[in-house]
Amino acid sequence: MQIGLISLLDGLVYGMLLFMLASGLTLILSMMGVLNFAHASIYMLGAYFAYQISHWIGFWPALLVAPLLCAALGAAIEVWGLRRVHHNGHIAELLFTFGLVFIIGRAVQMAWGMLPMPYRVPASLDFPLFSIYGENFPAYRGFMLVVSAGMLLTTWLLLKKTRIGLIIQAALTHPGMVSALGHDVPRVFTTVFAGGSLLAGLAGVIAGNYFTTESGMADAMGPIVFVVVIFGGLGSLAGCFIASILMGMVQTFSVVMDWSFADLLRPLGITLSGDDLLGEILTISISRIGPLVPYVLLIVILLFRPRGLLGTRET
Amino acid sequence: MGRLRSLAFALLTLGLTVAAVPSRAEDTIKIGYIDPFSGAFASGGDASLKMFQFIVDYINAKGGALGRKFELVTFDDKLQPAEALIALKSVTDQNLPFVMSCVGSNVGSALIDGVNKHNARNPDNRVLQINCGQLATELTNEQCSFWHFRFIGSVEMRAVARIKSLPQSVKSVYMLNQDYLFGQSIEKDSKRFLAQYRPDIKIVADEFIPLMQIKDFSPYVTKIKASGADSILTGNYGPDLNLLLKAAVDAGLNVRFDTYLGHVIGAATAMGAAGEGRVTSVLDDHENIPVEEHNAEAEEFFKKWRATHDFMFIAEPSVTQFEMLVRAINQAKSTDAVKVALALEGMEQKDLFGVTNIMRKEDHQLLYPYYEGVFTKDVKYDAEKTGLGWKTEFKTTVADETLPTTCKMKRPSS
Amino acid sequence: MSDAALRALPSRRPLALAIRLWPWLAALAVSVALPWLFYDFAHGRHSGFMLSMLSQTGMMVIFALSFNMLMGQAGLLSFCHSVLFGLAGYSTVHFLDAAGAGSLPVPMELMPLLAGLSGLGFGIVFGYMATKQRSTAFAMITLGIVQLVTTAATMFHHFFGGEGGVKTDREIGISLFGFEYGQSIQVYYLIVAWMMISAAGMYFHTMTPLGRMANACRDNHERAQFVGYDPRIVRFLQFAVSGFYAGVGGGLFAITYEIVTFDAVAAPLAANALLMAYIGGATTFFGPVLGAILITVLQSGVSLMSNSWLVYVGVLFIAMVTFAPTGLTGIILEHAPLARAGLLRRLVVPYLRVLPAGGLVLVGFVGLVELLSFLTIGMAQGKQLSLFGRAVDIFSIVPWLVSLACLLGGGLWLARESGRFKRVWDGLMEQARR
Repeated sequence: MQIGLISLLDGLVYGMLLFMLASGLTLILSMMGVLNFAHASIYMLGAYFAYQISHWIGFWPALLVAPLLCAALGAAIEVWGLRRVHHNGHIAELLFTFGLVFIIGRAVQMAWGMLPMPYRVPASLDFPLFSIYGENFPAYRGFMLVVSAGMLLTTWLLLKKTRIGLIIQAALTHPGMVSALGHDVPRVFTTVFAGGSLLAGLAGVIAGNYFTTESGMADAMGPIVFVVVIFGGLGSLAGCFIASILMGMVQTFSVVMDWSFADLLRPLGITLSGDDLLGEILTISISRIGPLVPYVLLIVILLFRPRGLLGTRET
Repeated sequence: MGRLRSLAFALLTLGLTVAAVPSRAEDTIKIGYIDPFSGAFASGGDASLKMFQFIVDYINAKGGALGRKFELVTFDDKLQPAEALIALKSVTDQNLPFVMSCVGSNVGSALIDGVNKHNARNPDNRVLQINCGQLATELTNEQCSFWHFRFIGSVEMRAVARIKSLPQSVKSVYMLNQDYLFGQSIEKDSKRFLAQYRPDIKIVADEFIPLMQIKDFSPYVTKIKASGADSILTGNYGPDLNLLLKAAVDAGLNVRFDTYLGHVIGAATAMGAAGEGRVTSVLDDHENIPVEEHNAEAEEFFKKWRATHDFMFIAEPSVTQFEMLVRAINQAKSTDAVKVALALEGMEQKDLFGVTNIMRKEDHQLLYPYYEGVFTKDVKYDAEKTGLGWKTEFKTTVADETLPTTCKMKRPSS
Repeated sequence: MSDAALRALPSRRPLALAIRLWPWLAALAVSVALPWLFYDFAHGRHSGFMLSMLSQTGMMVIFALSFNMLMGQAGLLSFCHSVLFGLAGYSTVHFLDAAGAGSLPVPMELMPLLAGLSGLGFGIVFGYMATKQRSTAFAMITLGIVQLVTTAATMFHHFFGGEGGVKTDREIGISLFGFEYGQSIQVYYLIVAWMMISAAGMYFHTMTPLGRMANACRDNHERAQFVGYDPRIVRFLQFAVSGFYAGVGGGLFAITYEIVTFDAVAAPLAANALLMAYIGGATTFFGPVLGAILITVLQSGVSLMSNSWLVYVGVLFIAMVTFAPTGLTGIILEHAPLARAGLLRRLVVPYLRVLPAGGLVLVGFVGLVELLSFLTIGMAQGKQLSLFGRAVDIFSIVPWLVSLACLLGGGLWLARESGRFKRVWDGLMEQARR
């Protein structure tokens, strides 16, 4: 029970962070069909920008400025890059973002060096918020929760209550129809790409100091975000949200499970040792392979439901 | 027009093949140095290269060997064994007498194999391999080779120092390691030496984590808290260590962190003040040893390093490596692989701190003492400008580190 | 192979056959001759580095072609092609061990066949899972597979050997022709032989009913269904067959390096296949060959000269997808109408005019990237900066100005020249069409 409650909180924080990254990607992928490999690179840039800005003028301005910089960058990428590649097909767009990953990766190393950055949680948030069963819940985790919940609310309001939000929603499911109705779809694309980059940048700002800010952070975060987006299904922010929280929970709770398949077989009178490949696989505990569980879940759901959890159309 | 532009870009890339050819001074003793210099692992190669460039300058200032200076010729392997083997071909094409590599036991193991085969198939163009950082114990045991000299302690040697240095107050440990060769051998050796030297310590958990996959360590922290362990015994490094530390500190987990590699570059920055007094590591050397031992000469060496670099110098065994290499080349009067190898075998050399290190003949493993240090404010020289640095708490002797080897070396007949 | 093709082949006279097969024969001749161009006469030996590069290129050609069986032919974007390649490589190491120990009497020349069969086996296993879906869902399943297998390869020791990988000795002493395969040149010729066999096999595959159906399913999934084929079966068979050829490549990898580590199954290699196929031109059969050559040169050659090579790779991709979506072969093929009309000669001068402008842009761009990266990274590593063969002083303003001027001036010049080129090109095209 004790572990259960704390793990629930941990999973929630991690899941919300995932959602912040994944929601932008879902919007981009659903509307533009672009599997944006550079999304995690923008997340990394968000963290580096935030470090640099908070080094100069403090964390709070950074919280505002760094995501805006990322949004501007995203808009620039869309207008001067992706839009020109668009008519060459989806694989061309994918490779375009691929090229960006290489360039951003090296540019970050050239600008900030190879070592991790001393980007720290601001002193005003560096205290334990409360403690359950003797374990502290740091205020910064609470702050992350608040920011991501605020972001969720804002995005939701923007999508539901504004005109452009309605167009975006329509373009999610029926991109052809929206443009037939005379809306400026390229401008909507730019808005969405900039918005997605803003969210990724914001995730970078608040996660960069909680985790570490280094040139490998994009590679570490990239694949799991893809898993969330595809698992949740295209065209569905709700699916994306559920998938994020689910993946957060799965990764958190799998750590607590120390049993392996061999333990399941033991009551049946079968005992295994790890002396051959099969034995090795069966005696491995769930906690050892925890981070792999999302990939297994992804493969399983796609086998039976190719549109993902709440996807509105075939991927 | 668009088509044309693309053509220009294609030409641009092809044209690169003629660009940026490194210039070389003649008549130096060249060492082919293979490490990752691009991509996600570039930081490892970058840091090592800076330290080696510093060491080479230091050795060259003392006159080099045979009146010739040393020169590093770098090759990028991107931490991929196949790329390292291609680079090895480059090394042997250019007739470089030595090949050196520091990062990644997978690369080290591939190179040992590659060098063995190359030397057997091309007896007129042999090359000697210098290992400056690949730790897997196998490399000087099952895999040991006449052509391979390791100037860094094995995992096993580090484990002896780690376990012997645990204070009496530690009664239970939580073992957490990365799930691959390195983490698994640390787990195995830690357990073996715990049983041998500290049977009183209880291992409350023995856990593996997937390598570099975990972002949020809080669930592990919760588990560690619940286990009631006094200390986390871990071979983690890089993000896997930094994130674990951060999560633990944030959750108010009040235990020791007895690490194997808590001192590698970047860790101090990531830990910051949070690591104060609770993180220990097994170090080959650190900048406060000269202060502790009142060794002005060594302090001068580190001062010079600190003047131009902002991370800690941790490659002291490599200084010994070059000192030994100079003597071996002078003794052999050439850079011939067999002659230098024979001269290196069994060589004794005083290191920077005045301890006699031995290059063991049986397995070509350098034997030297380890320092167990704690990360604290209470030091003269800090690490990575954090205000905190390493202070020696325990030191092993060369005798402690002389562990039996299973090496059955095939020696050249001549 | 279609019936017509089968009947047509042997009936022709040898000379006519040779003319028809000239690209193949030329490729073979060039592959055989290339190592001798780099022969080191001073030491009386082959250049080991060039041989390695050529061998690497050979296996990457097979790998990229087999990848294109999925992407180009069947419209399937697979991120787990490296898994088939790498697992076959691991298997080959175990085969070689068994052969060396005398328990597997297979000659070296046939080892790649065995590797291919294991690749086929893995293709069947993973193909069964992945080909249940198509397009993005397929791609994502393969992304999951590659993550799973890569992690498994570092975790489990019995088959994969953990981080150190598995090693073997290729001198197994069984050969059809009595070769030892100790020297790299012998291995290189083995690779050339298998490269030609595999390329021919894959080429003929494009003419089989299966190959044609793969095209049909790529172009119009539903219509293929109406015609009475099950697209899933087509995808599955295509995946398995491409697994065979990827396996041949993986086997050659194991034979060349005598070590296979988890890098051989990991995602970056699969991404490489994608890049090779796309840059070379996925719409043509031979495109990936060009791509494989270019990427290998970049990765193993240029990376030894510049640690910023990834920037150049990134810029190359972006340039290619923006300006030449049909890849290198696409550019070449666009000249076909002109060649038929005999107008190709008239492009020589315009090309020669564009070349120096392009060269200037190149020099400027490389110069700037290298200067920048030296300023922040290289200098601290204590290196000497030399550009285009000359030592350069980073603190002098001259190299910066020169590079910038080259880039900007060259850019303007290139824009002007390419405008002129376009006019000539359009005119010629018009003429060719008439």
